[in-house]
Amino acid sequence: MSDLKNFDGLVSIREIEGQGMLVVRGDFSAPAFREAVCALAGVDFPEQRQAVVRDGRGLLWMSPDELMVMLPRAEASRARADLAAKLADQHALVGDVSDARVHFQIEGRVVRETIAKLAPVDMHPDVFAPGTLRRTRFGQVATAVWLLDERTARVFCFRSVRDYMAKLLAVAADEKSEVAYFQK
Amino acid sequence: MLIFTCPYCGVAAEETELAAGGEAHLTRFGPGSSDDDFESYLFTRENPKGVHFERWRHVYGCGKWFHAARCTVSNEVFGTYSAQTTEPTAEIRETISKKRPGWSWRDMNGEG
Repeated sequence: MSDLKNFDGLVSIREIEGQGMLVVRGDFSAPAFREAVCALAGVDFPEQRQAVVRDGRGLLWMSPDELMVMLPRAEASRARADLAAKLADQHALVGDVSDARVHFQIEGRVVRETIAKLAPVDMHPDVFAPGTLRRTRFGQVATAVWLLDERTARVFCFRSVRDYMAKLLAVAADEKSEVAYFQK
Repeated sequence: MLIFTCPYCGVAAEETELAAGGEAHLTRFGPGSSDDDFESYLFTRENPKGVHFERWRHVYGCGKWFHAARCTVSNEVFGTYSAQTTEPTAEIRETISKKRPGWSWRDMNGEG
């Protein structure tokens, strides 16, 4: 396992412990579906490609019929069962994927550039605003990323590629590799 | 480099975020069909120089299949449209007619 604790580069990279995640698929146009997931996450229903997260709780728009619910890991198992029961009479699916995904928080002055080095995504500030969620690839692995603010991004991927992602981020944020593209 | 805008999530995704799914608008001939129909369903494909319709999947994004129209010579993208259709939308055909007057694909053409 590559250790990020003492990583010192263009941005800090921190693995987030204890992030619970539920994958929810269903009909976004059904009021009962929207109410159920909003009540669980305690935030408004996200617009297309938006991440609405406050203090580790929230909703991520993953596709036209898929949401990710963010919540503390200790609550995930029970929340999954409760939500599945609430949506029992709808065409919907709820899964606890807390063990299947890993989150990294990257923070620093060149956070946009670090992402742009790894993903085929236009990271220009006029195009990619904080709160926008983008599912893409970092290097060779499927990844989702959103900006919390101009200095902070949250990245998550399958836990099976956790080591690859940690090394990839560390290389992209090497202290001698600044391009300063977005500072121009 | 090809850039398609996914009609489901609205992302302008470049080629490496997508998986190619081959020719669009095939009619499946399965059990009970004639040998000729089954053979052409399995093996016979268009190989056009110019306008082409294809299926693509936004595999590193929302995961949805969609349709795309592009030019095989210049890689110009005419547009993308829903997977839930058996033929190109009128809007796409109009766009192509403006850019490639006289185009044809299978039994379709610019006038039709």
